[in-house]
Amino acid sequence: MKILVCIKQVPDMESRFKVNAAGNWYEETDLAWRMNEYDEYAVEQAVQLKQQVGDADLTVLCIGSDRVKETMKKALAMGCDRGFHIADDDSYLKDPFAIATLIAAYAKEQSFDLIFTGMQSQDRGSGQVGVLVAEMLGIPSLTTLVEFSYADGTVNAKRELEGGIKAKVSCATPALVTCQLGLNTPRYPTLPNIMKAKKKEMISTPVADLNPEASLLEVLQVTPPEKKGGGLILEGDPADLADQLIKLLKEKTTALA
Amino acid sequence: MKTLLVAEYRDGKLLGTSSELINFASRLDAESAMFLVGSENQLPEYNGKLYLADIGQTGEFNPGQHKQLLLDVIAKEQPQMVVLPHSSYGWDLAPRIALALKAAQISEVVEIKDGNLVVPSCNAKLRREVQATTDISVVTLQGGAFTPTEEPGGTPEVIKVDAAVGGDIQFNGYEEAEAGGVDLSKAEIIVSAGRGIGKPENLELIENLAKALKGEYGASRPVIDAEWADQSRQVGTTGQTVTPKLYVACGISGAIQHLAGMKKSEFVLAINTDKDAPIGEVADALAVADLKQLVPVLTEKLNAL
Repeated sequence: MKILVCIKQVPDMESRFKVNAAGNWYEETDLAWRMNEYDEYAVEQAVQLKQQVGDADLTVLCIGSDRVKETMKKALAMGCDRGFHIADDDSYLKDPFAIATLIAAYAKEQSFDLIFTGMQSQDRGSGQVGVLVAEMLGIPSLTTLVEFSYADGTVNAKRELEGGIKAKVSCATPALVTCQLGLNTPRYPTLPNIMKAKKKEMISTPVADLNPEASLLEVLQVTPPEKKGGGLILEGDPADLADQLIKLLKEKTTALA
Repeated sequence: MKTLLVAEYRDGKLLGTSSELINFASRLDAESAMFLVGSENQLPEYNGKLYLADIGQTGEFNPGQHKQLLLDVIAKEQPQMVVLPHSSYGWDLAPRIALALKAAQISEVVEIKDGNLVVPSCNAKLRREVQATTDISVVTLQGGAFTPTEEPGGTPEVIKVDAAVGGDIQFNGYEEAEAGGVDLSKAEIIVSAGRGIGKPENLELIENLAKALKGEYGASRPVIDAEWADQSRQVGTTGQTVTPKLYVACGISGAIQHLAGMKKSEFVLAINTDKDAPIGEVADALAVADLKQLVPVLTEKLNAL
C-alpha cells in the first residue's frame, strides 16, 4: 500500500506577527516554526495505518524553502519512510489552487492508495488544498475527520459537524482524507527514531519541475486587525491584579452579589 | 453583479445561515438566486428564485451529487460569485465547485472593504484583503460575520431541480452529541480553561476559581482534544454555545470557533499573558498575567470575601 501525507510548516500561532515589506504576508524573521497542528494528526493517522497494514510505504510531502526540511524530519521521526520536498522559496505567494496543482502533479505519478492532509493550515486557514488535490486526481475526499478506520480497500470515517454532531461516511480507496484536531493523539518522536530519521531518504525537487500553474487569487493587502478598543487592559503583580479584578467584578457584574 | 447563494439543510432541518448569505449579497449590492438541497416543507425566507433539489432523493451528504446539481444551476444562472457558509457543509463543497469552474475560492470572508473581501489569517492576528483573478469566484462566509439585524422575510419562487449522477461517498447516518455531562448553556458564571493551563494538573486551578465564583468550568478545544477535560465541557462551534453573565477565559487565545461559542456572554474577563491575543476583541477586560500565578491568588481572595 502506498500512502502520502502532506504537511505544512507554519509559525507558532502565539507569535507576534508583523506584515512584511511587500505587504502581502507576514515577516518571516524572528518566528519559531513548527508543523501545522492539523498535519500532526494527519501524520499520526498515516503512521497508524502503515502499522496496521504492515506492507506499506509512507511518503511525507512538504512545499517551501529549505527551512521546511526541519519539519519534515519530525514527520520522518514519527514514522514516515521517506520525504519529498518541493523546493519553493515563494510558496507563501501561491494560493490553494497553485499549491494543490503541485501536489497533484506529484501524486498522479505515484498512484497513492491513500492521501492524508490536515483540514486546514493554521496560518491561512483556507481548508481547500486537500479537496482540490482529490478533485484534480479524480478520487473521493472525506473532510474534517475525527474518526478514521480502514479495512479491505474501504475507509470508514466520522466527519465533525457543528454542535457536537458527527456524520458517518465511507468511500473506497484510492481516496484522500483531511484531518481535524482530536482525530488521534499525535506521538512524540523518540530519540532513537529521531536518529533513524536522519538516515531516511529525502528527495528535494525544484518547484519548476512540477509545472506550476498561476494562482487564481491575488492578495491586495495584509494588515493587522483594527483594534476594536473598549476592552480594559489590567496589569500588575498577581495580588494587585486580583484586587483590581474583584473590584471590577463588583462594579460591572452581579457575579459577587 | 450576480451571486448564487447556497443554503444548508441538515438532519431534517433548514439551517439559519441563509439569512447571512442574503445579507452578504445585499451588502455587495448584488442580485442573487439561491440553491438548496432540502425540503419543500421548510423554505428559507427569501424574495427570489430558489433552485430546490429534494433531499430525499439526493441524500443528506452526497458531495458528488450536490456538486453536479449546483454546477447545473450555475450554468443556468451564470453568477459571478457562488456564496456558501464556511461550515462543515460549505468548506467541503466549495473547493469541489471551484475546481470544476476553475474559479478562485476565497475562504472564510469576514468583511467587505472597498468592494474587496477580507479574510483572517494566523488566528485572526492578521487580515488579508484578496481578489479573484477569475470571472467567477467561490466564496465562503465566516459564521456570524454577516448576521442581519432582521430576518430577510419573503417567500421564494421555487424551481425544482434534480440530478441523476451518483456519488463516490456513502453517507451512513448521523451520530448525535453524547447525552449527559454538563449543560453549560444554562450556567450563569463560567470559568474556562485554554491551552495556556499548560498541563492537566492545572485544570484544578480553573475548577477552584469556578467554585469560588459559584459557577461551572468549561474548556476550549485544545484542552478537550488533549483529554484534560470531558467533551461536555467544550465551549465553541463544535461544543456548546454559552451566554453566561460572566465568562472568565483563562489562557484562551481566542480562536474564532471558540469566540463564536461565548461572545454573547454579558461580561467577558480574559486572563492571558499575550495582550494582543484575539480573545481581547471580545473581552470587556483583559488581565495581562500568567493564569498559573493569578488564578490561585484570585481564588483565595474570593474565598475570603
